[in-house]
Amino acid sequence: MTNPLVQATGLSKRFGSLTAVDGIDFEVHRGEVFGFLGPNGAGKSSTMRMIGAVSPPTAGRLLVFGLDPAADGARIRSRLGVVPQEDNLDLQLPAEENLLIYGRYFDLAVPVIRERIDRLLAFAELTDRRKDKVDILSGGMKRRLTIARSLINEPDLLLLDEPTTGLDPQARHLLWDRLYRLKQQGVTLIITTHYMDEAEQLCDRLVVMDKAKIVAEGSPKELIERYSTREVVELRFPIGERDAALGRLDGIATRTEVLPDRVLLYTDDAEPTLSEVHGLGLRPESVVERRSTLEDVFLRLTGRSLID
Amino acid sequence: MAAATSVRFLEGELRTYRRQWRASVITTFVNPILFLAAMGLGVGSLVDRGTGAGVLEGFAYVTYLAPGLLAATTMQIGTGDASWPVMAGIKWVRSYEAAMATPVDVRSIVTGHLGYIALRLLFTAVVYALVMVVLASVTVGGALAAVAPGVLTGMAFAAPVIAYTSRLDGPEGLSSLFRFGIVPLYLFSGTFFPASQLPGWLEPVAYATPLWHGVELTRAAALGTGTTIPAVVNIAYLVVWVGVGTVLARRGLARRMVT
Repeated sequence: MTNPLVQATGLSKRFGSLTAVDGIDFEVHRGEVFGFLGPNGAGKSSTMRMIGAVSPPTAGRLLVFGLDPAADGARIRSRLGVVPQEDNLDLQLPAEENLLIYGRYFDLAVPVIRERIDRLLAFAELTDRRKDKVDILSGGMKRRLTIARSLINEPDLLLLDEPTTGLDPQARHLLWDRLYRLKQQGVTLIITTHYMDEAEQLCDRLVVMDKAKIVAEGSPKELIERYSTREVVELRFPIGERDAALGRLDGIATRTEVLPDRVLLYTDDAEPTLSEVHGLGLRPESVVERRSTLEDVFLRLTGRSLID
Repeated sequence: MAAATSVRFLEGELRTYRRQWRASVITTFVNPILFLAAMGLGVGSLVDRGTGAGVLEGFAYVTYLAPGLLAATTMQIGTGDASWPVMAGIKWVRSYEAAMATPVDVRSIVTGHLGYIALRLLFTAVVYALVMVVLASVTVGGALAAVAPGVLTGMAFAAPVIAYTSRLDGPEGLSSLFRFGIVPLYLFSGTFFPASQLPGWLEPVAYATPLWHGVELTRAAALGTGTTIPAVVNIAYLVVWVGVGTVLARRGLARRMVT
């Protein structure tokens, strides 16, 4: 088996008295899309910055491409592509100039960069905006330009920190499509996200992070099978009727979660469970039957929702 | 590796400047020329008729003023380029964060940005030298000789100002730097009149400022006069400011960016 691209053992990051990452272990292999799923503040970005060789670990062992970021930071970064949580493009410069300057940081020859700019702007669907100042591009375009920029050195590993946060649904889907294409081309991706749909769509394998620790690891499917039931019935009751209903719902599902606005019944088959609810004479205001998602996994593991 | 990435970073700064140079033309070139015309020729005509000639070593006021103004201008440009753009790189544009995701590191950023400032100062000083020849009757040889000390003066401010800026949270500290640092220096470090004209207690203060040493060197080079203390001391003093400033700038930026 080939060596993992990233290997972390007991990796920790502390800022003063705050422990951002607390002794995590993981491996990322060539060609896979690996995800860190967790709420804001779980330690995902701190982990990414350590992998990106810009933030020295406080404790533990970290190897990227088999190299130690503390000693070989520049060599590691020369093979990485980084899409930070917030775009840091130069807004006053044209789109293509952002890519050119960035490419030169990798010591690439100008003609090589120019040829790649053509290709990458086409990939990012920004060819007709190449001369435009970044300032006037939409949020989704800026994000795609940042991704195009991160590919200028043809990286072996691409780090994407919350790639679609703040984008509208259409822009998110276009971006997912572009990331999916990269995956098809065999680019290894590490993604942090607090969107369970993003993790489910993109990740081959992921770890769920909460409060600086990894609480579960597996493929989206494995995690759902391990930590949730196949289906979920969501019930919403009129104000004041919920508590009375709760007592009577006891025992009809494998597991019951009570959220501020909804009651979730975890079951392998939603249909009969719902019939039972109706059989009890309960009349919820609204009913949703659905498959289990990573959101349910997270709820099960931490007792909280991903997005608060 | 580090040397190569410094050059790459410097190149990026130049590419950015090429797109934005228009914004800096007024402060870089026009203001000093207006100052030289107004103070040198305007006020100078009064000075030359009064007691000025006695303390100005026999030069017309505009001739005396021009090299001092060169040093004061490079101080302003060195300080300006080491303050707002560095704050932008750290905080507003976050271009330093972007660059540091590549082989570029803190050392390359500091060296590259200082290299960029040195080129800007060099270019400004050469243009200004020509203006001195035309407006202030400085010889061509003298004017060109003043370029190097002018650049050194600017660098003696640029390096410590990067160090200072890297430790600031917001722009307030930069406004204070100009208001309470640069403007008084501009006025009282021997640019417009010899520091020996200051009240006795202020004189040593003027001698401690890097600008005074820069003005001494620039004026000596341009006019062929002597310096108050040996020129090598002036040079060494400015070099120390550059060196210590560079070390502190690296440390400050590392503390800021590598967390």
